[in-house]
Amino acid sequence: MIWETRWLLCGLLGVLVTATLIAAVLRFRNGGAASATLDNLEARIKAWWVMVAIIGLAMIAGKTAVILLFALVSFAALREFVTITYSRRSDHRVLLAIFLLVLPVQYYLIWIDWYGLYSIFIPVYCFLILPAFAVTRGDTQRFLERVSLQQWGIMLAVYCISHVPALLTLPVTGFGGREMLLIAFLIITVQGSDVLQYVFGKLFGKHRMAPNVSPSKTWEGLAGGVVSASLLGAALNWLTPFSPLQAGVIAAVCCVMGVFGGLVASAIKRDRGIKDWGAMIEGHGGMLDRTDSLVFAAPIFFHIVRYWWT
Amino acid sequence: MLRLAAASGVAALARAITGVRGIWQGSAPSDRQRIYFANHSSHGDFIILSASLPRNHRVATRPVAAADYWGNTALRRFVADTLLGAVLIERNREERKGDPLAEMIAVLDQGHSLILFPEGLRNMTEEPVLPFKSGLYNLALARPDVELVPCWLENMSRVLPKGEILPVPLLCRVIFGAPVALQPGEDRHAFLERARQSLLALAPRPEKAA
Repeated sequence: MIWETRWLLCGLLGVLVTATLIAAVLRFRNGGAASATLDNLEARIKAWWVMVAIIGLAMIAGKTAVILLFALVSFAALREFVTITYSRRSDHRVLLAIFLLVLPVQYYLIWIDWYGLYSIFIPVYCFLILPAFAVTRGDTQRFLERVSLQQWGIMLAVYCISHVPALLTLPVTGFGGREMLLIAFLIITVQGSDVLQYVFGKLFGKHRMAPNVSPSKTWEGLAGGVVSASLLGAALNWLTPFSPLQAGVIAAVCCVMGVFGGLVASAIKRDRGIKDWGAMIEGHGGMLDRTDSLVFAAPIFFHIVRYWWT
Repeated sequence: MLRLAAASGVAALARAITGVRGIWQGSAPSDRQRIYFANHSSHGDFIILSASLPRNHRVATRPVAAADYWGNTALRRFVADTLLGAVLIERNREERKGDPLAEMIAVLDQGHSLILFPEGLRNMTEEPVLPFKSGLYNLALARPDVELVPCWLENMSRVLPKGEILPVPLLCRVIFGAPVALQPGEDRHAFLERARQSLLALAPRPEKAA
Protein backbone atom coordinates (compact mmCIF):
# COMPACT_ATOMS: atom_id res chain seq x y z
CA MET A 1 0.00 0.00 0.00
CA ILE A 2 1.46 3.37 -1.00
CA TRP A 3 1.86 5.99 1.71
CA GLU A 4 -0.89 8.23 0.26
CA THR A 5 -3.44 5.44 0.65
CA ARG A 6 -2.41 4.88 4.25
CA TRP A 7 -2.72 8.56 5.16
CA LEU A 8 -6.03 8.72 3.34
CA LEU A 9 -7.48 5.77 5.23
CA CYS A 10 -6.26 7.18 8.56
CA GLY A 11 -7.83 10.55 7.71
CA LEU A 12 -11.17 9.03 6.74
CA LEU A 13 -11.16 6.88 9.86
CA GLY A 14 -10.48 10.00 11.93
CA VAL A 15 -13.36 11.89 10.33
CA LEU A 16 -15.80 9.02 10.83
CA VAL A 17 -14.78 8.51 14.45
CA THR A 18 -15.10 12.25 15.11
CA ALA A 19 -18.54 12.38 13.47
CA THR A 20 -19.69 9.38 15.48
CA LEU A 21 -18.45 10.98 18.72
CA ILE A 22 -20.13 14.31 17.92
CA ALA A 23 -23.42 12.52 17.26
CA ALA A 24 -23.04 10.67 20.58
CA VAL A 25 -22.41 13.96 22.43
CA LEU A 26 -25.45 15.58 20.75
CA ARG A 27 -27.54 12.57 21.72
CA PHE A 28 -26.31 12.80 25.33
CA ARG A 29 -27.00 16.55 25.56
CA ASN A 30 -30.44 15.97 24.08
CA GLY A 31 -31.22 13.98 27.24
CA GLY A 32 -33.27 11.15 25.81
CA ALA A 33 -35.84 13.36 24.05
CA ALA A 34 -36.99 12.11 20.65
CA SER A 35 -35.39 13.93 17.73
CA ALA A 36 -35.93 13.10 14.08
CA THR A 37 -32.91 15.19 13.08
CA LEU A 38 -30.64 13.27 15.46
CA ASP A 39 -32.04 9.91 14.34
CA ASN A 40 -31.37 10.90 10.75
CA LEU A 41 -27.88 12.18 11.57
CA GLU A 42 -26.97 8.89 13.25
CA ALA A 43 -28.39 6.89 10.34
CA ARG A 44 -26.40 9.02 7.90
CA ILE A 45 -23.13 8.55 9.79
CA LYS A 46 -23.71 4.82 10.06
CA ALA A 47 -24.31 4.65 6.31
CA TRP A 48 -21.08 6.63 5.74
CA TRP A 49 -19.11 3.98 7.64
CA VAL A 50 -20.48 1.34 5.29
CA MET A 51 -19.97 3.41 2.14
CA VAL A 52 -16.39 4.36 3.04
CA ALA A 53 -15.63 0.73 3.86
CA ILE A 54 -17.03 -0.53 0.55
CA ILE A 55 -15.29 2.10 -1.60
CA GLY A 56 -12.06 1.70 0.36
CA LEU A 57 -12.02 -2.07 -0.06
CA ALA A 58 -12.78 -1.77 -3.78
CA MET A 59 -9.93 0.70 -4.23
CA ILE A 60 -7.49 -1.55 -2.42
CA ALA A 61 -8.68 -4.51 -4.52
CA GLY A 62 -7.92 -2.60 -7.70
CA LYS A 63 -9.24 -1.49 -11.05
CA THR A 64 -11.65 -4.35 -11.80
CA ALA A 65 -13.29 -4.10 -8.38
CA VAL A 66 -13.75 -0.33 -8.72
CA ILE A 67 -15.31 -0.71 -12.18
CA LEU A 68 -17.66 -3.42 -10.89
CA LEU A 69 -18.60 -1.31 -7.88
CA PHE A 70 -19.53 1.69 -10.02
CA ALA A 71 -21.41 -0.55 -12.45
CA LEU A 72 -23.53 -1.58 -9.45
CA VAL A 73 -23.93 2.07 -8.42
CA SER A 74 -25.14 2.80 -11.96
CA PHE A 75 -27.53 -0.14 -11.80
CA ALA A 76 -29.10 1.09 -8.58
CA ALA A 77 -29.30 4.68 -9.83
CA LEU A 78 -30.78 3.68 -13.18
CA ARG A 79 -33.35 1.49 -11.47
CA GLU A 80 -34.45 4.43 -9.32
CA PHE A 81 -34.65 6.74 -12.34
CA VAL A 82 -36.66 4.34 -14.51
CA THR A 83 -38.98 3.48 -11.61
CA ILE A 84 -40.25 7.05 -11.25
CA THR A 85 -40.38 7.96 -14.94
CA TYR A 86 -43.18 7.28 -17.39
CA SER A 87 -43.00 4.19 -19.57
CA ARG A 88 -45.47 2.01 -21.42
CA ARG A 89 -45.76 -1.71 -21.84
CA SER A 90 -44.25 -1.37 -25.32
CA ASP A 91 -41.04 -0.04 -23.71
CA HIS A 92 -40.33 -3.32 -21.95
CA ARG A 93 -37.71 -4.59 -24.40
CA VAL A 94 -36.00 -1.20 -24.68
CA LEU A 95 -35.76 -0.98 -20.89
CA LEU A 96 -34.36 -4.51 -20.75
CA ALA A 97 -31.74 -3.51 -23.34
CA ILE A 98 -30.77 -0.52 -21.22
CA PHE A 99 -30.11 -2.70 -18.18
CA LEU A 100 -28.71 -5.79 -19.88
CA LEU A 101 -26.71 -4.24 -22.74
CA VAL A 102 -26.08 -0.51 -22.43
CA LEU A 103 -24.90 -0.56 -18.81
CA PRO A 104 -22.56 -3.59 -19.08
CA VAL A 105 -21.16 -2.47 -22.45
CA GLN A 106 -20.31 1.03 -21.15
CA TYR A 107 -18.39 -0.43 -18.19
CA TYR A 108 -16.75 -3.09 -20.36
CA LEU A 109 -15.48 -0.35 -22.69
CA ILE A 110 -13.96 1.40 -19.69
CA TRP A 111 -12.45 -1.85 -18.49
CA ILE A 112 -10.72 -2.40 -21.86
CA ASP A 113 -9.74 1.29 -21.87
CA TRP A 114 -11.35 2.23 -25.21
CA TYR A 115 -11.76 5.98 -24.72
CA GLY A 116 -12.76 6.58 -28.36
CA LEU A 117 -15.87 4.46 -27.90
CA TYR A 118 -16.87 4.79 -24.24
CA SER A 119 -16.96 8.58 -24.57
CA ILE A 120 -19.51 8.47 -27.43
CA PHE A 121 -21.24 5.11 -26.99
CA ILE A 122 -24.20 6.53 -25.04
CA PRO A 123 -24.42 10.14 -26.32
CA VAL A 124 -24.14 9.10 -29.98
CA TYR A 125 -24.89 5.41 -30.57
CA CYS A 126 -27.49 4.81 -27.86
CA PHE A 127 -29.07 8.20 -28.59
CA LEU A 128 -29.79 7.01 -32.13
CA ILE A 129 -30.25 3.27 -31.71
CA LEU A 130 -32.61 3.21 -28.71
CA PRO A 131 -35.33 5.35 -30.37
CA ALA A 132 -34.81 3.35 -33.57
CA PHE A 133 -35.47 0.20 -31.55
CA ALA A 134 -38.42 1.82 -29.76
CA VAL A 135 -40.08 2.88 -33.00
CA THR A 136 -40.14 -0.69 -34.28
CA ARG A 137 -42.56 -1.47 -31.43
CA GLY A 138 -45.12 0.74 -33.18
CA ASP A 139 -46.43 2.64 -30.14
CA THR A 140 -46.38 6.39 -30.79
CA GLN A 141 -48.17 7.56 -27.67
CA ARG A 142 -45.99 10.07 -25.78
CA PHE A 143 -43.11 8.77 -27.91
CA LEU A 144 -40.80 11.77 -27.63
CA GLU A 145 -41.28 11.87 -23.87
CA ARG A 146 -40.52 8.17 -23.49
CA VAL A 147 -37.34 8.12 -25.59
CA SER A 148 -36.13 11.34 -23.94
CA LEU A 149 -36.57 9.84 -20.50
CA GLN A 150 -34.67 6.73 -21.53
CA GLN A 151 -31.79 8.85 -22.84
CA TRP A 152 -31.76 11.00 -19.70
CA GLY A 153 -31.72 7.89 -17.55
CA ILE A 154 -28.69 6.34 -19.21
CA MET A 155 -26.86 9.68 -19.45
CA LEU A 156 -27.28 10.42 -15.74
CA ALA A 157 -27.09 7.00 -14.20
CA VAL A 158 -24.67 5.21 -16.55
CA TYR A 159 -22.66 7.66 -18.66
CA CYS A 160 -21.94 10.29 -16.03
CA ILE A 161 -21.32 7.90 -13.15
CA SER A 162 -19.04 5.76 -15.33
CA HIS A 163 -16.66 8.73 -15.55
CA VAL A 164 -15.59 8.03 -11.98
CA PRO A 165 -13.90 4.67 -12.75
CA ALA A 166 -12.93 6.03 -16.20
CA LEU A 167 -10.38 8.17 -14.33
CA LEU A 168 -8.36 4.96 -13.99
CA THR A 169 -7.80 4.90 -17.75
CA LEU A 170 -6.17 8.35 -17.86
CA PRO A 171 -2.39 8.27 -18.37
CA VAL A 172 -1.67 11.28 -16.14
CA THR A 173 1.77 12.70 -16.96
CA GLY A 174 4.37 11.85 -14.34
CA PHE A 175 1.80 10.40 -11.92
CA GLY A 176 3.08 6.85 -12.11
CA GLY A 177 -0.13 4.82 -12.12
CA ARG A 178 -1.63 6.35 -8.99
CA GLU A 179 -4.87 7.30 -10.79
CA MET A 180 -6.90 5.58 -8.06
CA LEU A 181 -6.08 8.58 -5.86
CA LEU A 182 -7.88 10.87 -8.33
CA ILE A 183 -11.08 8.95 -7.61
CA ALA A 184 -10.51 9.44 -3.90
CA PHE A 185 -9.90 13.18 -4.44
CA LEU A 186 -13.08 13.59 -6.51
CA ILE A 187 -15.32 11.63 -4.14
CA ILE A 188 -13.94 13.22 -0.98
CA THR A 189 -14.28 16.80 -2.25
CA VAL A 190 -17.72 16.39 -3.82
CA GLN A 191 -19.23 14.27 -1.05
CA GLY A 192 -17.37 16.39 1.50
CA SER A 193 -19.05 19.43 -0.02
CA ASP A 194 -22.47 17.76 0.41
CA VAL A 195 -21.72 16.98 4.05
CA LEU A 196 -20.26 20.43 4.76
CA GLN A 197 -23.24 22.14 3.11
CA TYR A 198 -25.50 20.08 5.37
CA VAL A 199 -23.44 21.03 8.44
CA PHE A 200 -23.19 24.76 7.60
CA GLY A 201 -26.87 24.79 6.60
CA LYS A 202 -27.92 23.23 9.92
CA LEU A 203 -25.69 25.57 11.95
CA PHE A 204 -26.05 28.91 10.15
CA GLY A 205 -28.74 28.42 7.48
CA LYS A 206 -31.16 31.37 7.25
CA HIS A 207 -31.75 32.52 3.68
CA ARG A 208 -33.29 29.94 1.41
CA MET A 209 -31.57 29.58 -1.90
CA ALA A 210 -34.19 27.83 -4.05
CA PRO A 211 -37.41 27.52 -2.02
CA ASN A 212 -39.32 26.16 -5.02
CA VAL A 213 -36.80 23.46 -5.82
CA SER A 214 -35.03 22.37 -2.65
CA PRO A 215 -36.43 24.00 0.50
CA SER A 216 -33.63 22.80 2.78
CA LYS A 217 -30.81 24.46 0.78
CA THR A 218 -29.65 27.82 2.13
CA TRP A 219 -27.12 30.38 0.89
CA GLU A 220 -25.19 30.05 4.15
CA GLY A 221 -24.97 26.28 3.70
CA LEU A 222 -23.95 26.63 0.08
CA ALA A 223 -21.22 29.22 0.67
CA GLY A 224 -19.83 27.53 3.77
CA GLY A 225 -19.90 24.11 2.14
CA VAL A 226 -18.36 25.02 -1.18
CA VAL A 227 -15.64 27.27 0.30
CA SER A 228 -14.63 24.76 2.96
CA ALA A 229 -14.73 21.85 0.49
CA SER A 230 -12.51 23.82 -1.91
CA LEU A 231 -10.05 24.41 0.93
CA LEU A 232 -10.25 20.70 1.69
CA GLY A 233 -9.45 20.04 -1.97
CA ALA A 234 -6.44 22.37 -1.83
CA ALA A 235 -5.22 20.60 1.30
CA LEU A 236 -5.58 17.22 -0.44
CA ASN A 237 -3.41 18.21 -3.40
CA TRP A 238 -0.88 15.54 -2.33
CA LEU A 239 -3.36 13.00 -3.71
CA THR A 240 -3.13 14.59 -7.17
CA PRO A 241 -0.74 15.95 -9.79
CA PHE A 242 -2.17 19.45 -9.07
CA SER A 243 -0.58 22.32 -7.15
CA PRO A 244 -2.50 23.43 -4.01
CA LEU A 245 -4.03 26.37 -5.92
CA GLN A 246 -5.01 24.18 -8.88
CA ALA A 247 -6.46 21.56 -6.54
CA GLY A 248 -8.54 24.23 -4.78
CA VAL A 249 -9.90 25.65 -8.04
CA ILE A 250 -10.71 22.21 -9.46
CA ALA A 251 -12.41 21.22 -6.21
CA ALA A 252 -14.46 24.43 -6.37
CA VAL A 253 -15.56 23.68 -9.94
CA CYS A 254 -16.54 20.12 -8.96
CA CYS A 255 -18.45 21.33 -5.89
CA VAL A 256 -20.38 23.94 -7.88
CA MET A 257 -21.26 21.30 -10.48
CA GLY A 258 -22.31 19.07 -7.57
CA VAL A 259 -24.61 21.79 -6.21
CA PHE A 260 -26.32 22.03 -9.59
CA GLY A 261 -26.54 18.24 -9.77
CA GLY A 262 -28.37 18.26 -6.46
CA LEU A 263 -30.73 21.01 -7.62
CA VAL A 264 -31.53 19.28 -10.92
CA ALA A 265 -32.21 16.03 -9.08
CA SER A 266 -34.46 17.91 -6.64
CA ALA A 267 -36.38 19.50 -9.52
CA ILE A 268 -37.00 16.07 -11.05
CA LYS A 269 -38.17 14.67 -7.70
CA ARG A 270 -40.48 17.65 -7.11
CA ASP A 271 -41.97 17.21 -10.55
CA ARG A 272 -42.68 13.54 -9.85
CA GLY A 273 -44.03 14.32 -6.39
CA ILE A 274 -41.49 12.26 -4.43
CA LYS A 275 -39.13 13.16 -1.61
CA ASP A 276 -36.41 10.58 -2.12
CA TRP A 277 -35.31 8.45 -5.07
CA GLY A 278 -35.45 5.29 -3.01
CA ALA A 279 -34.71 3.82 0.39
CA MET A 280 -31.53 1.91 -0.30
CA ILE A 281 -29.16 3.93 1.93
CA GLU A 282 -30.50 4.39 5.45
CA GLY A 283 -30.83 8.09 6.35
CA HIS A 284 -29.83 9.29 2.90
CA GLY A 285 -32.62 7.93 0.68
CA GLY A 286 -31.77 6.24 -2.59
CA MET A 287 -28.57 5.82 -4.55
CA LEU A 288 -29.33 8.92 -6.65
CA ASP A 289 -29.89 11.00 -3.52
CA ARG A 290 -26.31 10.24 -2.56
CA THR A 291 -24.75 10.45 -6.04
CA ASP A 292 -26.63 13.35 -7.69
CA SER A 293 -23.72 15.72 -7.08
CA LEU A 294 -21.15 13.18 -8.27
CA VAL A 295 -23.15 12.65 -11.47
CA PHE A 296 -22.66 16.29 -12.45
CA ALA A 297 -19.10 16.63 -11.21
CA ALA A 298 -17.47 13.43 -12.50
CA PRO A 299 -17.44 14.07 -16.30
CA ILE A 300 -16.22 17.66 -15.82
CA PHE A 301 -13.44 16.56 -13.47
CA PHE A 302 -12.53 13.78 -15.90
CA HIS A 303 -12.17 16.19 -18.81
CA ILE A 304 -10.27 18.81 -16.80
CA VAL A 305 -7.70 16.18 -15.89
CA ARG A 306 -7.66 14.71 -19.39
CA TYR A 307 -7.19 18.08 -21.11
CA TRP A 308 -4.51 19.59 -18.90
CA TRP A 309 -2.75 16.64 -17.27
CA THR A 310 -2.38 13.94 -19.93
CA MET B 1 -36.48 -28.36 3.12
CA LEU B 2 -36.57 -27.85 -0.65
CA ARG B 3 -39.49 -25.47 -0.13
CA LEU B 4 -37.59 -23.45 2.46
CA ALA B 5 -34.49 -23.18 0.26
CA ALA B 6 -36.59 -22.36 -2.79
CA ALA B 7 -38.58 -19.73 -0.92
CA SER B 8 -35.40 -18.07 0.37
CA GLY B 9 -33.72 -18.26 -3.03
CA VAL B 10 -36.69 -16.85 -4.90
CA ALA B 11 -37.14 -14.10 -2.29
CA ALA B 12 -33.46 -13.15 -2.54
CA LEU B 13 -33.71 -13.00 -6.33
CA ALA B 14 -36.87 -10.89 -6.14
CA ARG B 15 -35.14 -8.51 -3.77
CA ALA B 16 -32.03 -8.25 -5.98
CA ILE B 17 -34.16 -7.33 -8.99
CA THR B 18 -36.90 -5.17 -7.46
CA GLY B 19 -35.48 -4.17 -4.07
CA VAL B 20 -38.95 -5.09 -2.80
CA ARG B 21 -39.93 -3.67 0.58
CA GLY B 22 -43.00 -4.45 2.64
CA ILE B 23 -44.71 -1.33 4.01
CA TRP B 24 -46.85 -2.41 6.96
CA GLN B 25 -49.23 0.51 6.86
CA GLY B 26 -52.44 -0.85 8.39
CA SER B 27 -51.29 -4.14 9.90
CA ALA B 28 -48.13 -5.68 11.33
CA PRO B 29 -46.52 -9.05 10.60
CA SER B 30 -48.32 -11.60 12.75
CA ASP B 31 -48.49 -15.32 13.42
CA ARG B 32 -52.25 -15.20 12.94
CA GLN B 33 -53.64 -17.15 10.05
CA ARG B 34 -54.31 -14.77 7.18
CA ILE B 35 -55.49 -14.44 3.63
CA TYR B 36 -53.38 -11.80 1.90
CA PHE B 37 -55.40 -10.50 -1.03
CA ALA B 38 -53.78 -8.32 -3.69
CA ASN B 39 -54.16 -6.65 -7.05
CA HIS B 40 -52.94 -8.82 -9.91
CA SER B 41 -51.09 -7.82 -13.06
CA SER B 42 -48.07 -10.07 -13.39
CA HIS B 43 -46.85 -13.63 -12.89
CA GLY B 44 -44.32 -12.17 -10.48
CA ASP B 45 -47.01 -10.90 -8.12
CA PHE B 46 -47.10 -13.71 -5.60
CA ILE B 47 -43.31 -13.89 -5.62
CA ILE B 48 -42.84 -10.32 -4.45
CA LEU B 49 -45.69 -10.57 -1.99
CA SER B 50 -44.14 -13.67 -0.50
CA ALA B 51 -40.67 -12.04 -0.54
CA SER B 52 -41.92 -9.09 1.51
CA LEU B 53 -43.25 -11.33 4.29
CA PRO B 54 -41.02 -12.18 7.26
CA ARG B 55 -38.90 -15.24 6.51
CA ASN B 56 -40.67 -17.49 9.03
CA HIS B 57 -44.07 -16.78 7.47
CA ARG B 58 -43.02 -17.40 3.89
CA VAL B 59 -43.24 -21.17 3.72
CA ALA B 60 -46.50 -21.25 5.67
CA THR B 61 -48.11 -18.76 3.26
CA ARG B 62 -49.21 -20.44 0.04
CA PRO B 63 -50.27 -18.64 -3.13
CA VAL B 64 -53.46 -19.61 -4.89
CA ALA B 65 -52.65 -19.93 -8.60
CA ALA B 66 -54.49 -20.93 -11.74
CA ALA B 67 -54.09 -24.58 -12.67
CA ASP B 68 -54.75 -23.79 -16.34
CA TYR B 69 -51.51 -21.80 -16.44
CA TRP B 70 -49.26 -23.07 -13.64
CA GLY B 71 -50.27 -26.70 -14.05
CA ASN B 72 -49.94 -26.57 -17.81
CA THR B 73 -46.39 -27.82 -18.33
CA ALA B 74 -44.15 -30.01 -16.20
CA LEU B 75 -41.71 -27.14 -15.58
CA ARG B 76 -44.42 -24.67 -14.48
CA ARG B 77 -45.96 -27.32 -12.26
CA PHE B 78 -42.59 -28.02 -10.66
CA VAL B 79 -41.97 -24.30 -10.01
CA ALA B 80 -45.47 -23.57 -8.71
CA ASP B 81 -46.23 -26.78 -6.88
CA THR B 82 -42.94 -28.13 -5.59
CA LEU B 83 -40.84 -24.98 -5.21
CA LEU B 84 -43.40 -22.34 -4.30
CA GLY B 85 -46.06 -24.49 -2.66
CA ALA B 86 -48.86 -23.00 -4.75
CA VAL B 87 -52.43 -24.20 -4.35
CA LEU B 88 -53.47 -24.84 -7.95
CA ILE B 89 -57.15 -24.33 -8.66
CA GLU B 90 -59.17 -24.70 -11.83
CA ARG B 91 -60.76 -21.47 -13.00
CA ASN B 92 -63.06 -22.76 -15.72
CA ARG B 93 -66.49 -23.38 -14.18
CA GLU B 94 -67.76 -25.65 -16.94
CA GLU B 95 -64.78 -27.98 -17.24
CA ARG B 96 -63.45 -28.21 -13.70
CA LYS B 97 -63.71 -31.38 -11.71
CA GLY B 98 -62.62 -30.23 -8.25
CA ASP B 99 -64.14 -27.59 -6.01
CA PRO B 100 -61.66 -24.67 -5.65
CA LEU B 101 -63.35 -23.40 -2.49
CA ALA B 102 -63.07 -26.78 -0.77
CA GLU B 103 -59.41 -27.02 -1.80
CA MET B 104 -58.58 -23.59 -0.37
CA ILE B 105 -60.47 -24.34 2.85
CA ALA B 106 -58.57 -27.61 3.16
CA VAL B 107 -55.28 -25.72 2.96
CA LEU B 108 -56.46 -23.20 5.55
CA ASP B 109 -57.46 -26.09 7.82
CA GLN B 110 -53.88 -27.38 7.64
CA GLY B 111 -52.92 -24.08 9.31
CA HIS B 112 -51.47 -22.33 6.26
CA SER B 113 -52.09 -18.74 5.23
CA LEU B 114 -53.06 -17.92 1.64
CA ILE B 115 -52.15 -15.38 -1.01
CA LEU B 116 -55.20 -14.71 -3.14
CA PHE B 117 -55.85 -12.55 -6.19
CA PRO B 118 -59.62 -11.97 -6.00
CA GLU B 119 -59.77 -10.36 -9.46
CA GLY B 120 -59.33 -13.91 -10.75
CA LEU B 121 -56.98 -12.97 -13.60
CA ARG B 122 -54.22 -10.54 -14.46
CA ASN B 123 -55.66 -7.08 -14.91
CA MET B 124 -54.65 -5.67 -18.30
CA THR B 125 -57.11 -2.77 -18.31
CA GLU B 126 -56.74 0.86 -17.34
CA GLU B 127 -58.90 0.18 -14.26
CA PRO B 128 -56.63 -0.07 -11.20
CA VAL B 129 -58.57 -3.04 -9.77
CA LEU B 130 -61.24 -5.20 -11.43
CA PRO B 131 -64.39 -6.39 -9.58
CA PHE B 132 -63.67 -9.27 -7.19
CA LYS B 133 -64.79 -12.87 -7.73
CA SER B 134 -66.74 -14.41 -4.87
CA GLY B 135 -63.95 -16.64 -3.52
CA LEU B 136 -62.86 -14.11 -0.90
CA TYR B 137 -66.43 -13.81 0.41
CA ASN B 138 -66.94 -17.56 0.54
CA LEU B 139 -63.69 -18.05 2.41
CA ALA B 140 -64.55 -15.26 4.86
CA LEU B 141 -67.93 -16.91 5.48
CA ALA B 142 -66.49 -20.40 5.91
CA ARG B 143 -63.48 -19.46 8.08
CA PRO B 144 -64.36 -16.24 9.95
CA ASP B 145 -61.29 -16.46 12.21
CA VAL B 146 -58.87 -15.94 9.34
CA GLU B 147 -57.75 -12.31 8.92
CA LEU B 148 -58.19 -10.79 5.47
CA VAL B 149 -55.31 -8.41 4.74
CA PRO B 150 -55.35 -6.20 1.61
CA CYS B 151 -51.92 -5.85 -0.06
CA TRP B 152 -51.22 -3.30 -2.77
CA LEU B 153 -48.51 -4.46 -5.19
CA GLU B 154 -46.77 -1.56 -6.83
CA ASN B 155 -45.08 -1.58 -10.22
CA MET B 156 -45.16 -5.30 -11.00
CA SER B 157 -47.12 -4.66 -14.19
CA ARG B 158 -44.05 -2.76 -15.40
CA VAL B 159 -41.47 -5.22 -14.09
CA LEU B 160 -42.95 -8.27 -15.78
CA PRO B 161 -45.93 -7.50 -18.02
CA LYS B 162 -48.07 -10.19 -19.59
CA GLY B 163 -46.28 -12.05 -22.35
CA GLU B 164 -42.73 -11.09 -21.31
CA ILE B 165 -40.16 -13.52 -19.96
CA LEU B 166 -37.42 -11.34 -18.50
CA PRO B 167 -38.17 -8.82 -15.73
CA VAL B 168 -37.00 -5.21 -15.97
CA PRO B 169 -35.44 -4.24 -12.64
CA LEU B 170 -37.68 -1.56 -11.12
CA LEU B 171 -38.25 -0.80 -7.45
CA CYS B 172 -41.37 -2.41 -6.00
CA ARG B 173 -43.23 -2.00 -2.75
CA VAL B 174 -45.93 -4.09 -1.13
CA ILE B 175 -48.27 -2.00 1.02
CA PHE B 176 -50.14 -3.99 3.67
CA GLY B 177 -53.43 -2.44 4.79
CA ALA B 178 -55.73 -2.93 7.78
CA PRO B 179 -57.61 -6.26 7.86
CA VAL B 180 -61.15 -6.37 6.49
CA ALA B 181 -63.75 -8.53 8.25
CA LEU B 182 -67.10 -9.78 7.02
CA GLN B 183 -69.87 -8.04 9.01
CA PRO B 184 -72.77 -10.17 10.31
CA GLY B 185 -75.42 -10.35 7.63
CA GLU B 186 -73.33 -8.42 5.10
CA ASP B 187 -74.34 -9.04 1.52
CA ARG B 188 -71.82 -10.70 -0.84
CA HIS B 189 -71.63 -7.79 -3.29
CA ALA B 190 -71.36 -5.21 -0.55
CA PHE B 191 -68.53 -7.12 1.14
CA LEU B 192 -66.59 -7.75 -2.07
CA GLU B 193 -66.87 -4.09 -3.04
CA ARG B 194 -65.77 -2.99 0.44
CA ALA B 195 -62.77 -5.31 0.29
CA ARG B 196 -61.94 -3.98 -3.17
CA GLN B 197 -62.14 -0.39 -1.93
CA SER B 198 -59.85 -1.21 1.01
CA LEU B 199 -57.28 -2.43 -1.50
CA LEU B 200 -57.72 0.59 -3.78
CA ALA B 201 -57.27 2.94 -0.83
CA LEU B 202 -53.69 1.64 -0.45
CA ALA B 203 -52.69 2.65 -3.99
CA PRO B 204 -50.42 5.68 -3.98
CA ARG B 205 -52.14 8.59 -5.72
CA PRO B 206 -51.89 8.35 -9.50
CA GLU B 207 -49.12 10.03 -11.43
CA LYS B 208 -49.62 13.74 -12.03
CA ALA B 209 -50.88 14.60 -15.50
CA ALA B 210 -47.95 15.37 -17.77
